[in-house]
Amino acid sequence: MNPEIQGRVYPPAEPYLVGREKVREFARAVFATNPINHDPDAARRAGHSDIVAPTTFPVVVQEAALAQLLADDEAGIDFTRVVHGEQRFSYSRPIVAGDELTAQLTVTSVRSLGGNDMVTASTQITDAAGAHVVTATSALVVRGDDA
Amino acid sequence: MNDVQQASTLPSFDTLAVGDVVAEAIFPLTRDSLVRYAGASGDFNPIHYRDDVAASVGLPGVLAHGMLTMGIAVQPVVEWAGDPARVVDYQVRFTRPVVVDADSGAEVAVTAKIGQLDAETSTARIDLTATFDGATVLGKAQALVSLA
Repeated sequence: MNPEIQGRVYPPAEPYLVGREKVREFARAVFATNPINHDPDAARRAGHSDIVAPTTFPVVVQEAALAQLLADDEAGIDFTRVVHGEQRFSYSRPIVAGDELTAQLTVTSVRSLGGNDMVTASTQITDAAGAHVVTATSALVVRGDDA
Repeated sequence: MNDVQQASTLPSFDTLAVGDVVAEAIFPLTRDSLVRYAGASGDFNPIHYRDDVAASVGLPGVLAHGMLTMGIAVQPVVEWAGDPARVVDYQVRFTRPVVVDADSGAEVAVTAKIGQLDAETSTARIDLTATFDGATVLGKAQALVSLA
């Protein structure tokens, strides 16, 4: 892949509206049973405006931003050789149903290791007011020809 | 799965010590779990539900999504913390795949232990061990929990 894409910032993806039923669906899929993930009354009693998305939910919001990188011909990433190496979510505040979120991806590093390439992408997820909500960082390993 | 705690039960920071095991859980995954996660997450890579595709790319079998393993591994921490919003940072490395057999599924066992305590911010770093088939599947799996 092309090391010169390090530092590249992609345009913000279309805003993502966090739906209550989507949060519940995702919560069921990751075995999240806490009432604050499912029940608006429980969430409000805990001080949230609506149900709280599971910790790894930003992966859904990040997806559109990551798709830009994978579709970038100049990046030269062969999708069939991509393996997910690392993932991190760093929150300023929880995601709640009703949030309108915008994801913008920056390629923070590209390096070679052992015949493979590792690209690290940092996606800033902000709310409708432009305030930071969570940063989703993915390290993707692109296997070399021999790997 | 453990019992669901009362919403927003806050562990007392002063009673915690590095090395304490705060939660343990076993998650039985089936092919149904993978299809459900595919739909919920939008990750429809067929290596997560088709044996023929998994075999054609040299995999030992149909694999759980790494993000599914990451997603379930933090749940015992959420149960312990009492509120999913208290998990303010969470990171993992994907070190080994979880192969989900069509008949017998796969069991992922998770242990959550206190790795570090920051009294100034009342934050606990919880170190997670996730194992499948006797081997760990996540590396440097750490969740920061705000107990302020």
